[in-house]
Amino acid sequence: MLIDHPLLGPRDASEFVYLGDASLIDRPDWQADDAARAFHDYAYLRDNPAGPHRELWFHEGGDRSWLVVTRDTTTHEITDVRLARDVALERRRSS
Amino acid sequence: MHDLRPITALGADARREDAVGALTLTERPDIALASVAARLGREGEARDRLRAVIGAVPGPGEVQLHDPEAGFWIGPDQWMVGAPFDTHEDLAARLKARFGDTASITEQTDAWTCFDLRGAEVEDALELLCNLDVRRMETGSARPTVIHHLRCFVTRRDPPDWFRVVGPRASADTLHHAILDAMRSVA
Amino acid sequence: MNTHSRIDPASVPDPKQSNRLAGGRVDHSTVLTFSFDGKRYRGHPGDTLASALLANGVRLMGRSFKYHRPRGPLTAGSEEPNALVELRTGARREPNTRATTIELYDGLTARSQNAWPSLKLDAMAVNDRLSPFLTAGFYYKTFMWPAAFWEKLYEPVIRRAAGLGSLSGRPDPDDYDKGFRHCDLLVIGAGPAGLLAALTAGRAGADVILADEDFTPGGRLLSERFVIDDGAADGWAARTVAELASLPNVRLMPRSTVIGAFDHGVYGVVERVSDHLPEPLPGKPRQILWRVTAKRAILAAGATERPIAFDDNDRPGIMMASALRTYANRYAATPAGRVAVFTCNDDGHRTAADLHAKGVRIAAVIDTRDDAPRSPDYEVLRGAQVAGTRGRLGLTFVTVRQADGTERVLEVGALGMAGGWNPNVHLTCHQRGRPVWNDRLAAFVPGALPPGMAVAGAANGALSTHGALSQGAETAIAACADLGRPTNAAPLPKAEDAPVTQTPFWHVTGCKRAWLDQQNDVTVKDVTLAHQEGFRAVEHLKRYTTLGMATDQGKTSNMAGLAIMAELTAKTIPGVGTTMFRPPYTPVPIATFAGRIKGRAFHPTRLTPSHHWAKERGAVFVEVGDWMRAQYFPREGETHWRQSVDREVTATRNGVGVCDCTTLGKIDVQGTDAASFLNLVYANGFAKLAVGRVRYGLMLREDGIAMDDGTAARMADDHFVVTTTTANAGRVFRHMEFVRQCLVPEMDVQLISTTEAWAQYAVAGPNSRDLLRRVVDPDIDLSNDAFPFMACAEVTVCGSLRARLFRISFSGELAYELAVPARYGDAMMRRLMDVGADLGVTPYGTEALGVMRIEKGHAAGNELNGTTTAANLGLGRMVSKKKDAIGSVLSERGGMNEPDDLRLIGLCPVDADARITAGGHLMARDGPVDAKHDQGYVTSAALSPTLGHMVGLAFLKRGADRMGERMRLVSPLTDLTVEVEVCSPHFVDPEGGRQRA
Repeated sequence: MLIDHPLLGPRDASEFVYLGDASLIDRPDWQADDAARAFHDYAYLRDNPAGPHRELWFHEGGDRSWLVVTRDTTTHEITDVRLARDVALERRRSS
Repeated sequence: MHDLRPITALGADARREDAVGALTLTERPDIALASVAARLGREGEARDRLRAVIGAVPGPGEVQLHDPEAGFWIGPDQWMVGAPFDTHEDLAARLKARFGDTASITEQTDAWTCFDLRGAEVEDALELLCNLDVRRMETGSARPTVIHHLRCFVTRRDPPDWFRVVGPRASADTLHHAILDAMRSVA
Repeated sequence: MNTHSRIDPASVPDPKQSNRLAGGRVDHSTVLTFSFDGKRYRGHPGDTLASALLANGVRLMGRSFKYHRPRGPLTAGSEEPNALVELRTGARREPNTRATTIELYDGLTARSQNAWPSLKLDAMAVNDRLSPFLTAGFYYKTFMWPAAFWEKLYEPVIRRAAGLGSLSGRPDPDDYDKGFRHCDLLVIGAGPAGLLAALTAGRAGADVILADEDFTPGGRLLSERFVIDDGAADGWAARTVAELASLPNVRLMPRSTVIGAFDHGVYGVVERVSDHLPEPLPGKPRQILWRVTAKRAILAAGATERPIAFDDNDRPGIMMASALRTYANRYAATPAGRVAVFTCNDDGHRTAADLHAKGVRIAAVIDTRDDAPRSPDYEVLRGAQVAGTRGRLGLTFVTVRQADGTERVLEVGALGMAGGWNPNVHLTCHQRGRPVWNDRLAAFVPGALPPGMAVAGAANGALSTHGALSQGAETAIAACADLGRPTNAAPLPKAEDAPVTQTPFWHVTGCKRAWLDQQNDVTVKDVTLAHQEGFRAVEHLKRYTTLGMATDQGKTSNMAGLAIMAELTAKTIPGVGTTMFRPPYTPVPIATFAGRIKGRAFHPTRLTPSHHWAKERGAVFVEVGDWMRAQYFPREGETHWRQSVDREVTATRNGVGVCDCTTLGKIDVQGTDAASFLNLVYANGFAKLAVGRVRYGLMLREDGIAMDDGTAARMADDHFVVTTTTANAGRVFRHMEFVRQCLVPEMDVQLISTTEAWAQYAVAGPNSRDLLRRVVDPDIDLSNDAFPFMACAEVTVCGSLRARLFRISFSGELAYELAVPARYGDAMMRRLMDVGADLGVTPYGTEALGVMRIEKGHAAGNELNGTTTAANLGLGRMVSKKKDAIGSVLSERGGMNEPDDLRLIGLCPVDADARITAGGHLMARDGPVDAKHDQGYVTSAALSPTLGHMVGLAFLKRGADRMGERMRLVSPLTDLTVEVEVCSPHFVDPEGGRQRA
């Protein structure tokens, strides 16, 4: 499998470490009234889609960037790769 | 002046040199390294200072070959700067003075071991070591890659039959062994 | 047999080889000698083992898997099911190699396999007589009961009787490489389609790799008497290969099989670098497993001829008609001087014509079609079928049932079968693609393709040479356009373009024993039986009968199996479906997958800066992850490791010890938000840590479980040096980068690992300050007031060498950690030993380190085991509730904060000589010993030389409230029951006075 790193181009998947659902970027507010419930969902609940899935990959054997990779779990087709940092900053601005 | 005698990453007083056929492998303990990571919001200033030190700002996949300091890209807004150890053992301190609070500087000299691999079959040897399109790397290319599970940086230099492999110091034996195996396979 | 009149020494057959023909692509002027089953034979460069044996009149080459039936080669290529031999001798002996692909070399040694005492007299052939009992599903039915017998009785017996070749049982002396190649276009197969595709793209300037499994490129062109333009087709192939070799942007990879098509244009290719040599040249690998990353690929893998099933169709001498042609035209060999061909299409006639031209006598062409073409050169039996054969160890007679129902017996030594051709679609299916049925060809052709792949030539159902050439050119032009290298079509070479229609004829009806899968001995009847017993789905059929499960993966048998199942179920063949083709395309030695990753290179090794010094001192090393760490330093006279360890502990606690702790992860954390960042990463607070001070930190996972612990030293307002445990160094760095990039991208913080940059030594014991005073430069005040417990500073040592000093203690003693640049680590250690001799300085290893931390009650990996919380560790109060920290919210949830939660405690044996063992469980003094009454478990145990008895660390329910309670420690595994007393985990200096001294 190849992951098209936004800065370095296509790189072999073996250079990466997989973490999981990119929803881990959206960490809840620790001071919210429902923090316990929100953190529970954040830590444990995941969608398990047959189809496009946004997921976090770490370029351990490379530039140490975390990436958000949109991968179809049924075909391995990768349709989008972005720096997780850019995704995180955007979500902050939009929330 | 202190009186502690350094050893190379391969554990000897002098650098190790190997030749297999027309390929040569040379340990390079004579390189000082320091990382430069731009501070948040200070990226422009940090880049300006990097340009002042090594003559350009290497982008992803690039090395700026320059004397006495050179540098290659290691991550977003992050570079590795190198210089001759004899004259620049204090490279990190010097860079701190040059960059001020525009960048975080960390001494990296002994975090790494450098090997120069040279010769006509150098591309063939590297093909057995790392998943890089080495034939399409030109002089001035610098790629992070994995060699035998070790995170390394491979740079192509001038003349183009010369590559440098920068890998983790503690695994210098493993890396050296892997490169020698590849040299024997292709030489 | 030779009908050629022109005398060319390179083409004159050797009279010592009874079935050697003239001509072909072997070098008749050079003789190679080889042995098979101990007998010596002669062959030539260009031969395979199979062709050379046939040339020597040897048809019998192996025994089948189940019935031990005598078998000869069925094919002339990698699809071979029968002619499997053990190649080479000694440690290099390799079982199950196909004689049809083994390139002959001088001195080659091979043996037949699966036969005892000899190939001709095989005792296990009795299975053949028992065949009525050994039908499909035999193993499943017979060895079902009693279950316990399977492992003890049935399996060993079956394993001895079955199986093919045997391994040498010795380590493989050869090396195997892995490699990586990149290209614009990978062309798979060097037949007419592949050659022209590679040439078209190569001329257009694309980076091309042309991989072909054969040792000579050319594909079927080497085996046929075709004409391309106005010359022999193999000459065109040779000229094309020469031009390709001259192009710097084209790489030819002969002897290279593409074994798999993986995601995103990644292909696995096995290059047999040295298999054609007696042994690899010095330093060279035997094989290389290439991972080729290709932007585009053209599959030009050709087609495989399919056999026809009839009674006793497995005798040596019966083979594919195309193989007969290959042996005659390419290898100048024939299995017999008189042959017949059984065909259902025109291709069989091509074999007869070619063999006739080579001087082989054609007894008849048996054609199932009533309108079969006639020939002036040999007899054609129209509308005829093969009814049976004779010949115990090789074919002698063929019985033909003629159109009028009469039988006729032909005396022949070989019979060619021409059942039509199946495109080699395998690689198109490696990513779940399914082939589609083509009625005109009565064969499966490629369906949906992996992205970036195109198919050309016979693999795509274009079975004429013209079709192959034109598709090769077309697919290459399309690929070049995709690659941004538009190129125009050059005039196509002229070649035969016979229209190809294939009439299916799978098997003669009413057979008693008609073989489909010759390697696994599956007959037409077995398929019928599977159908009767309800195993009708194609995947069930395969597993029930083992059809297609042998090393050849059913390349010559699967289609007929499907066809018969289709007849039985009154379905179409595509209605029955196909089994999934999976990599590898042909068998690959495990050694090739391992590559260099074996022995000492199995994983990378990390050496500490004091490694060479420690080795000189005779240290015993232990692997800790990739690190080699000194475990203890035995001295002369010490006969047991514990003597060394006890001495090291005592010397440290009473004097001073030095331990290399470089392996602890070190992370440089800088930036104006560095303190806020650590405040988030650690459960306890770091914002207020003063510059020049160190703090112990506990990291939690987001679910509230402890992840790692370590220290953070504040070197400056915006600069911390964080340490992690050795085991978690990589994981913690990754986690911190996750927090930095994904959770707090607005923070100004930069991270980089410095683990290997600094040699770091723990200097511990009451004399440690005195020792350090002798190396740290005198301007640095090491007094307790100036440099107290948990202080840190950048210092200089030995006269100006930059260094870092931390006053932290894992042993509980007055202790420091001193860091110098790694290259000076060796000298620093030697210096400490030199200048500390009178202080009793003693190097200690990981064992003594472990003993001292257990004595001190410090948690380590055994306690931070992925199930324990801060509260379990007795560190609950460290989790700050006044700030946001990873894991803090969930650490407070119910279920992790119950009154009977586990707490870290210490254990002492009531009887001082008794043993405490890690992994033991704690039970009440009286009462049952079972999981229900489990109170806790021991995580770490050691003999404390300081206290003179064993001590243990354990997690115990309500542990903090049970000090002084006596319990039973049980370890059923080691048959241990010991009475223990619960105590504080801090066995030595619980007040911590020593480390603050």
